[in-house]
Order: sequence, then structure tokens, then C-alpha cells
Amino acid sequence: MESGDRAWVLISIALVMFMTPGLAFFYGGMVRVKHVLAMLMLNFICMGVITVLWSVIGYSLVFGGTNPVIGNFDHYVLTDVGAGDIEFFSFQMMFAVITPALIAGAVADRIRFSAWVWFIVLWSLLVYSPIAHWVWAPDGWLYDMGALDFAGGTAIHINAGIAALAFVLILGKRNGWPNHPMPPHSLPLTLIGAGILWFGWFGFNAGSAFAADGIAAQALLNTHLAAAAAMIGWLIVEKLVSGHATTLGAASGAVAGLVAITPCAGFVGGAAPLIIGVIAGAICMFAVTLKTKLGYDDSLDVVGVHFVGGLVGSLLLGLFADAKINQGIEHEGLFFGGGLKLLGIQALGAGAAIVWSFVITAAIVLALKAILPGGIRPSIEDEETGLDLTQHSEQGYALSER
Amino acid sequence: MKQIVAVIKPFKLDEVKEALKEAGLVGMTVTEVQGFGRQRGHTEVYRGTEYEVDFVPKTKIELLVDDSAVDGVIDAIVNTAKTDKIGDGKIWVTSVDDVIRIRTGERGPDAL
Repeated sequence: MESGDRAWVLISIALVMFMTPGLAFFYGGMVRVKHVLAMLMLNFICMGVITVLWSVIGYSLVFGGTNPVIGNFDHYVLTDVGAGDIEFFSFQMMFAVITPALIAGAVADRIRFSAWVWFIVLWSLLVYSPIAHWVWAPDGWLYDMGALDFAGGTAIHINAGIAALAFVLILGKRNGWPNHPMPPHSLPLTLIGAGILWFGWFGFNAGSAFAADGIAAQALLNTHLAAAAAMIGWLIVEKLVSGHATTLGAASGAVAGLVAITPCAGFVGGAAPLIIGVIAGAICMFAVTLKTKLGYDDSLDVVGVHFVGGLVGSLLLGLFADAKINQGIEHEGLFFGGGLKLLGIQALGAGAAIVWSFVITAAIVLALKAILPGGIRPSIEDEETGLDLTQHSEQGYALSER
Repeated sequence: MKQIVAVIKPFKLDEVKEALKEAGLVGMTVTEVQGFGRQRGHTEVYRGTEYEVDFVPKTKIELLVDDSAVDGVIDAIVNTAKTDKIGDGKIWVTSVDDVIRIRTGERGPDAL
């Protein structure tokens, strides 16, 4: 690796690392005051547990060997992770860390901390590792087929989003939802988190070029354009539907745009990121209202933003993929003369991730529910008292002397 | 001796306080409260989900005054706290049996 490329990738690793605490604040502001630490912790713990897991076996399961479906154990505990692999190992490690953290928003306010730790370990091994292998390993079957996923629309956002749905269907609703109001306790915290995510996403998407080149520059610009357009798309729909353009809507719209541009970042150009962004913002604004209509309690809209946003981005890539932007594109999008071939492959990739992630996640959660002595949920009393106190024996805000 | 309790719109507190000082009041107790009257609450919308917020923030003022001062105090509050819009609040007056100044032990009107 040239020193310039290496410099950019090293910076990107740090940028992507910063997204997990950013996500923690994005989510933390949206929960009620008695659950804020528990929410931050669901995210923060991923930086500890998944980092170690990735070093011990995760990297090997994703990038070891030549099997199309799953890696192997060749690289356990950093075996043969040599001088040329360290940047890739580290960059991918940050992706592995943030992906289970995304699911935390769905299970907010009603998950036992120890159950969550078991969950992220099993989920990372059994769901993330194979799907990331399919999409990104040179021998992965989706990669081999020409499916495009620049920085993780399928492997990260569709995957985590649908896993969130499987999880909450088994976990059940928060006590009192949807009749009891559960408004965000600190939208300023949520906006700080959204800002950190937006900042870190430049590393996530432009870093995925693995070079300080034109594709990285294009990905960086696309990332920003899509976030901006999606914010506007969300706010326009929100203003028309409910009368006000809200700060939560601005933050959510931007994140929806960032999610949607993730698979497309280094594969599209021109006006495409603006179009992808505005469509994702508008669709996700509607998608987050589905949970009340369908009756599943996805607390902080992981399904509505990450699953739907990721799906929108992955499918729109089937229309907008442009070989002039990235010569690595095997099949161009519909709008660039490639016909429906790429759209079909993208849909297949998304479908495979949806089925695998949903089924295996459900199996993991059901197993934990049956095996763990305390189950996966705290008691109603503990839930009502607040997870900060009952799971961590702490309070988020000490506003007066005690 | 009377206790006057007024529940007013929070943003009117400064004006009311100044008017009461001008009317000769030397002390008051203020509490931030929540409640509803005919104004009812309001609606908040987060990601398309509407929440009815029944209780709106108000400010409660408590005053202890001599019987002769009651009308002047009420006028001062009404004149400053009034916006002519629903939700301006209420004032009520109750009789007080005794008042004690803790520092000196004075009782009754001397303690006001």
C-alpha cells in the first residue's frame, strides 16, 4: 500500500470507530431518562466485546479461506495477519463493531444487559460473519456473482435492520407501548450523535475505497450529498404529514440518507446521490410509522431507517451503478444501459441476507430466551424502575446533591 | 391574613414580580408546576407518532398578605398576567389562621 493510501485508510479506521459512540448518543437521546445509560452501554460494549471477538476468530470467519459461503479458522487470534493485512483487518473490525450496535435501538428499554452481550457474540459469529463473507470476501458467492455493496448496505444495514425485526418480535413490546407516551429525553444528544455519525460516515464510505483516489473522493461527496438530500426529503414529507419540521426528523432523515448511500457510495456519480438521498428520506419517513400500524415495537426505528434505507440504497444501485465512476462494476445499472441484470442481482443479495439474518437471529434469540437463567427481559418492575439503575446500578444525570 | 395563590403563564413571572414589588410586597414563593385547565395540553409528534401531553408548564406564586392588601395584589397580578388568551391561569384567596417568623418567633400580622 502506498503511503498516501495508507494514511487515508488509517484515518478512516479512526473515523469509523467514532461512529459507534456517535450511534450511542443518537440512540441515547431518544430513550427515556431512566434508560439512557443502558442504551449507551448496549452500543459501547460492542467496542469491547466485538473487537476481541474479531481478533480471536471473527476476521478469520469472514476473510479466511476460499469457501463461497463462510471463512475458516486460518487466522484465529491474528495468525498470519501480516504487514499487508493490518489496515484491512482494522478497518473491517470497526464495521464488525458497529453492526450489532445498530440493533440496540430496536430492543431499547427492555433487554437484560447480560443477554445482550451473549446475543452480540452469537450474532456476530453466526449472522454477520457469513453475510459479510458472501458480500466482501473475494470468494464470497454474492461478490462472485457481481453483487455490489460498496460499504455495507446489505451486509450491515439490511442485515442489522431485519435482525432487529426478528429480535423485537420475540422480545415483545416495551411495557406500556404504544399507549403510554415514550418521547425522547434529550434531542440535543440525538443531534450530537447524528452529527458524529455523519462525520464518521466519510471514513465508512470513502475509506471503503481502500485508497486515497478518485473513487474515495466520489464516495465522500456522494455521502454528504445523500445525507443532505435525505434530510430535506424527510422534512418535506414530515411537514406535509404532521405540520412541523422536527429536529428528530432532520437527524433521522440525514441518517436514512447515509444508510441508503452506503452500498452506492463508490459506484454512482452526478445527480444520483441526490436522487437516492431524497427518495430514501421520504420513504423512511413513512417506514417509521409502520410499526404502530403493524404492532411491532421497534423502539428507535432500526427497521424503518436501517432496513428500509439499506434496501432502498441497494436496489437503487441497480438503477444508478455507473462504470464511468468505478471500473470494477461488472454489470451497470438500468439507467446506464445495463438492463435489469444488476437490479436482479441486488434483489437476490438483499433477499439472501434478509432470509439468513431473520432466521438465524430468531433462532439465537429463542435459544437465549430458553437457556439464560434470567431470560432476555428484565422484570416489569425493573423495566419500570429503569434499566440504568437495575442493570448498571447507576443514574445518567445527577441533577441535585444526594 | 390571607394567602393568595396564583397560577400563571411562566413567561409572565417577571412582569408579575415587578408589579407586586411596586404594590409593596416584600416576599413571595414561586414554584414551577404542571397542570391543565380549560386550555388542556398539547400534542407532540416524534417520527410521526403523536403524543398527547396533558400537563402544560405553569408557574405558581404564593403570597401571604394582610387583609387590606388583598385587592391591590389581585389587581396587580391580573393586570400583568393577562394575555386575553385561554390558559392565563387562576388566582384564589384563602384565610390564614396564623403566621410565624421563624427567626424571631413573631406571630400574626407582625410576622408578615
